[in-house]
Amino acid sequence: MKRILDRHEIYVLIAIIVFSSLFSIINPRFLSLENFFDLLKGYSLMGIFTLGMLIVIVSGGIDLSFTAIATICGYVNALLLISYGEELNLFIIFLIAAGIGAALGMVNAVIIHKFDIAPIISTIATSNIFFGLLMFISGGKWLQGFPLWFEDFAKIKMQTLYSPEGTPYGLSIVSVIFLMLLVITALILKYTTLGRSIYAMGGDKISAKRAGINVFGIHVFVYSFMGLVAGIGGVVQLLLVNASAPNSLVGKELDVIAAVVIGGANLAGGVGTILGTLLGVILIAIMGNGLTLMRVPSIYINIIIGFLILISIGASTYRRKKTKRQRIITENN
Amino acid sequence: MSLKLSHLSVLLIVMVVIFLGLWALCGNVFIGIENIQSMAFQIPELGILSLGMMIVMLTGGINLSLIATSNLSGIILGLLLKQFINPESTGLGVVVIIALAIMVGQLIAISIGFFNGMLVAVLDISPILATLGTMMIIRGTSLVLTNGDVISGFTSAMQVFGISDFLGIPTPFIIFLICTLIMGIILNQTTFGLKVYLIGSNPLACFFSGIKNQSVLLRTYIISGIYSGIAGLIMLSRFNSAKANYGDSYLLLTILASVMGGVSATGGFGKVSGLLISLIILQMISSGFNLLGISSYLSLVFSGIILILVMIIRYTVDKLQSRKI
Repeated sequence: MKRILDRHEIYVLIAIIVFSSLFSIINPRFLSLENFFDLLKGYSLMGIFTLGMLIVIVSGGIDLSFTAIATICGYVNALLLISYGEELNLFIIFLIAAGIGAALGMVNAVIIHKFDIAPIISTIATSNIFFGLLMFISGGKWLQGFPLWFEDFAKIKMQTLYSPEGTPYGLSIVSVIFLMLLVITALILKYTTLGRSIYAMGGDKISAKRAGINVFGIHVFVYSFMGLVAGIGGVVQLLLVNASAPNSLVGKELDVIAAVVIGGANLAGGVGTILGTLLGVILIAIMGNGLTLMRVPSIYINIIIGFLILISIGASTYRRKKTKRQRIITENN
Repeated sequence: MSLKLSHLSVLLIVMVVIFLGLWALCGNVFIGIENIQSMAFQIPELGILSLGMMIVMLTGGINLSLIATSNLSGIILGLLLKQFINPESTGLGVVVIIALAIMVGQLIAISIGFFNGMLVAVLDISPILATLGTMMIIRGTSLVLTNGDVISGFTSAMQVFGISDFLGIPTPFIIFLICTLIMGIILNQTTFGLKVYLIGSNPLACFFSGIKNQSVLLRTYIISGIYSGIAGLIMLSRFNSAKANYGDSYLLLTILASVMGGVSATGGFGKVSGLLISLIILQMISSGFNLLGISSYLSLVFSGIILILVMIIRYTVDKLQSRKI
């Protein structure tokens, strides 16, 4: 029992349960399967980004350029879809997005590792470079008019159910992409040497190096994975809004970091789990959605996320301090 | 060879190269009085904000709530002005009310700084997260106060801080110079400044040498708050309006300017003079590109490249020098 209470995730889970019961008492629609699927679809994109961000944060780094990468991948694919729409298929689209994303992520990794520049600084710089180039080339224009098969794919649901009013709903394909990536990321982090090396490097880079871990390799993997996930996110954004809007993602980096951090990851590195991150996304989603159902204006959501971050971090800092004090006391005895 | 290439000299060389390059490309317009004056009008906002970011970064922290604080302070100032002053009225009464409103705006900025400081110093929350949280709360509050709209229609007397000039020198630039001078004195001439550097380079050693880390950190964040309040005043005055998301793009630019100016991302190192040069470099790029008719997005790209180049040069120089020893 004590071990369970030591984990950050349990507190996020308690918060989720408390708030969902509260919201469903106020508005019974909140607990419906339809609302759940809507919620999952609405926050899948954020969820996809948090997977890459979690791995980067666990490795002890941070990436502020992923929204620029996602926008570039979305834009390139939008161009391809409009020009050669009928000859392409979804597999190629995702492959191109993942490829470009991973390549741009690798640029980050090389700069960070080879010149020993703090990740926050170098990704701010590359974000400016990537986004600036994209805006220069695209002129900030929206791209629309994708082929029909692409639009149809976005509407696929795993199974179609009908609400009492007769509107169809179901698990969206977008959510399926998110869940698949979630499982892959969880497997990498938990069951591979690579995953454990990422934790080791985040915990202590020098020790990891002396233990024979290829630090450069880990850097390349971590930032390429972030780029890859961002690329897929860029395509998902196309699926969701059916247009490429260069301005819509950049500037939202901190929201994604907030979700990962609420889920218990430590920006100093070495700490963080997939479960926690998922719960962090769910908590933010529930707060946003519950408030909307309660007819609270959406502008209040920022204030609430802010308090969530402070409470979540304050609580985990407090617990860490308490355990540290206990350890000192026991050592003295 | 005993030549020691400091970060400052690297920056100076980069500045001269960029200056000469842009001069050659743009012609004499670039050093014309008009261009220099317009540059002096544009530097202050980013400059004052960067000073506020710099002092926090020196302690090894960061202040992500900087811009949000400026905006909230500006919005409250704007709301007060709209409430109590008729745009047409003049006289001593107006001046008194403006002064009081500015003081309230500054008080808001100071209290946000105090709140950040409490979170970081007393509760020991990591700065990036503490200020991320306050940023969201403050931005949310600004949105709720303004409903996401622009607040405008103040008395024209407010524009003194934004678009007037004194003997040809823009007023905001004078304010910026005073702010820079004060920051220079705080960091170089006072024991408090010394403590700021000490905390940044080794907080534990600093603590054991009898320095009250908590109080130093608290004061650092309050100073950062004051600087963002001043920037908020200038922004309100220059745009003659206030909005919840003015200057959002400045946040990353302040970090970029500080780091390019030699402030270490882990704290402990960095000089006001370095920051000043890096601000001039950034402004020259943006003004020069503007004169050449090149897209402002390309100047974004260029400043990113310059930042990475400066960091790479510094890394290489450090490596060569340490090898010699």
